[in-house]
Amino acid sequence: MSVDLSQFHQIFFEESFEGLDVMESELLEMDLNNVNDETVNTIFRAAHSIKGGAGTFGFMSVSEFTHVVETLLDEIRSGQRSMQANFVDLFLQSVDCLRAMLSDMQGGHEHEAERPAQLRKEFEVILNKDTPIEETTASVGTGGQGWLIDMRPHTDLLLTGNEPFRMFREIRDIVGDEFLTVIAHCDDIPEFSSLNPEECFLHWELKITKDVELEEIKAVFEWVEDECDLTYTSLSNDDKTNVVVVGDYSAEDSTNTSINASTPEDDIAAANTVEAQESINQTVSDSSVKAVKPAKKQAKKQAESSSIRVSIDKVDSLINMVGELVITQSMLGELGNDFDLSRLAKLQEGLSQLEQNTRELQESVMKIRMMPISFAFSRFPRLVRDLGNQLDKKVNLVTLGEQTELDKTVMEKISDPLVHLVRNSMDHGLETTPERIAAGKKEVGTITLNAYHQGGNIVIEVNDDGAGLNEEKILRKAIEKKLVPEKNNLTPEDIHQLVFLPGFSTADAVSDISGRGVGMDVVRKNIQALNGTIEVRSQRNVGSKFIIRLPLTLAILDGQLVQVCNETYIFPLVSIVESIQIKRSSLNHVTGSQYVMQLRDDYIPIVRLDETFGLREPDNSSENLMLVVVEGDSEKIGIVVDDLLGQQQVVIKSLEQNYKKVPGISGATILGDGTVALIIDISSIDKNIKPMKKSAHRSERAA
Amino acid sequence: MAEAAENLVVTENPEDEQQYLTFIMSGEEYGVDILAVQEIRGWEAPTLIPNSPSFIRGVINLRGTIVPIMDLRLRFGLSETSYTATTVVIILKFESELGERVLGIVVDAVSDVYTIANEDARKPPELTEDENSDFIKGLVNVSEKMVILLNVEQLLNLHLQGLSEKSINH
Repeated sequence: MSVDLSQFHQIFFEESFEGLDVMESELLEMDLNNVNDETVNTIFRAAHSIKGGAGTFGFMSVSEFTHVVETLLDEIRSGQRSMQANFVDLFLQSVDCLRAMLSDMQGGHEHEAERPAQLRKEFEVILNKDTPIEETTASVGTGGQGWLIDMRPHTDLLLTGNEPFRMFREIRDIVGDEFLTVIAHCDDIPEFSSLNPEECFLHWELKITKDVELEEIKAVFEWVEDECDLTYTSLSNDDKTNVVVVGDYSAEDSTNTSINASTPEDDIAAANTVEAQESINQTVSDSSVKAVKPAKKQAKKQAESSSIRVSIDKVDSLINMVGELVITQSMLGELGNDFDLSRLAKLQEGLSQLEQNTRELQESVMKIRMMPISFAFSRFPRLVRDLGNQLDKKVNLVTLGEQTELDKTVMEKISDPLVHLVRNSMDHGLETTPERIAAGKKEVGTITLNAYHQGGNIVIEVNDDGAGLNEEKILRKAIEKKLVPEKNNLTPEDIHQLVFLPGFSTADAVSDISGRGVGMDVVRKNIQALNGTIEVRSQRNVGSKFIIRLPLTLAILDGQLVQVCNETYIFPLVSIVESIQIKRSSLNHVTGSQYVMQLRDDYIPIVRLDETFGLREPDNSSENLMLVVVEGDSEKIGIVVDDLLGQQQVVIKSLEQNYKKVPGISGATILGDGTVALIIDISSIDKNIKPMKKSAHRSERAA
Repeated sequence: MAEAAENLVVTENPEDEQQYLTFIMSGEEYGVDILAVQEIRGWEAPTLIPNSPSFIRGVINLRGTIVPIMDLRLRFGLSETSYTATTVVIILKFESELGERVLGIVVDAVSDVYTIANEDARKPPELTEDENSDFIKGLVNVSEKMVILLNVEQLLNLHLQGLSEKSINH
């Protein structure tokens, strides 16, 4: 066995996390009054795969723990127990626990043993209480004079590449030839016409007449435990009290297992195929896993996000497009070899074909990074369930538009703000049950998550049918905290927006769910960092709605090209409020080189790009200036440029990759003519003006 | 010395020798590890980076990658010259602490490729406190001519570390 199994660890972890997600979502959807067999089977299969994988890779703590979980699941599956609410809770806790164990292992550090041990105990309590079958834990011990092993393989044992005779030979090597008797039973062999030579119909009885460690024998069968039913009987006791059962079925069952037992295995095989097909659907397992992982794993997260699963369809279409591109290229190449003007039309045709190919290719490549928002939504059923219990509110979560696709990076960054919003809605938005009844509403509150595309944006709405924002209370708080002047004539809409101000919270008491006042402004900041916007609409006693608008991808930006001293810069279009032509005289000099301008009712600070970027000495000759008014961190700034050029979508390239972070610049892009243009970072440009200017001036003087 | 230089070419153990691409600046010959050279290009006007030190001429688009261009003359405190037809940009690609980096350096002209045994490279004399000597990996004589071997990684690391102070000093 020189195969290095560690190369498969990552795959095992990814699959296990997927399996845990499946278990979790199935558990949450389970209707206790009407338990669907298929649901239990799905959960069982997921647990079984994790156990198998963990066993193979030597993660014994995981496989042992999963084994207990699986045992209970199996009893439920086979109808010996019925699903109960406390089982669901226990299973959910186990899912959390397994997830923590696996991610600890993935990160290569030790996991705490306390929690799994505790949960295991709970499982064992349940399992031992009125256990229908004798539950066995692997007993270590010697069998007196020897062992009688009853081995009943499932019919597909041989298909999995296991050869019973090799195992028997191995046992012979352990115990010695004279102490081993193997008897093959052929009574299950079917009619010749229905005999499938690839299936195993034999079962064996192995008699070991030597005092050996049971563990040693068991180790031989370790790989086939799941493919056959093994019963170990100690020869010292003839009355079979000391029966050790390994495998899915008990000794009592073992007489009729051959057929029965093969079915679940087939199911699993079928499940694997289904899983394989599912993984074709674009699944990026680690991001959804990430979503539920605690924050302390921050450092590791980054390494994880480096892989992405892409559906084979998308790859195929890419290959097709590249193929077409190659054809177009060779066509153009041939045309170029002997070109005369009579073939100009053909050249133009070829070029337009090339353009189309390129655009399609670009779109497909972008699509690779897109994944359905259900990955971000999938964590919410659990969150809502747990929070609902904690707050004692009955909540129904509705998710819509789960198939809406957006960029993987955007998805990762939007998860936390979404959690925040949902928590807020549950804590502040929805009323308590008595309040709801008093208000004449349905007892169960509803939170709706909705995602859809609108233009080049994705819109995500978090909607609740709670009390709505309390305008008077918000206004009072805002005045109290001196966030707004006492005398104002704010419209209700204006007041709603106040919740996004830093340090604002309307919660009467600080809870561990929300109310510490670091909420909505952080949400807004995170969303702005993604070039997105958030707004709130609310109606008293009807509910409130938070609307997030995000660009589909971070890799592409809608930009406004501007010119300053023959250099082209790009402003993100979303941050531009307006562009106006102004007279130089309307600029007011404040201090040093700081200018402000009166724009309607506001005074806005003015940034002169040429000066800020040290492009030239301030040019005071022209009377007309072009001013682009942008909104950075909730503050308007006017930026003076020479000229406005066109608007276009630009692909964002990193400047830091080969250089370093430049203040005031968020990245670079390549224009149609192949030159590089820098993208202005609106949120940092105003903050960095002063230090930048100083150093620029000093450097000029020193030089 | 001429003998030594010839011996270098026939050094038997290839691990002890390295090939260097050399280029000319102000009559001096400098060498960089040829494995760090990705390509050699003609000069093209780069896009300015605001508030960058004078030796960073800007960034260019190298088949989709944004690559900073450093004028080595200015970096070494030599006089500035106008760019001519022989002015070339050597694109260097190397591993640094921050990962793989690409940097273009502007030099007067490309000269030759030499195979130089590591043992023949002398340590530069500790003449000055000048930080520029950190770039120098060693000095070597090739056919009676002195070649200054440069430390490619240092070239970029230094310009990244103390950029702000330097922009004031220069």
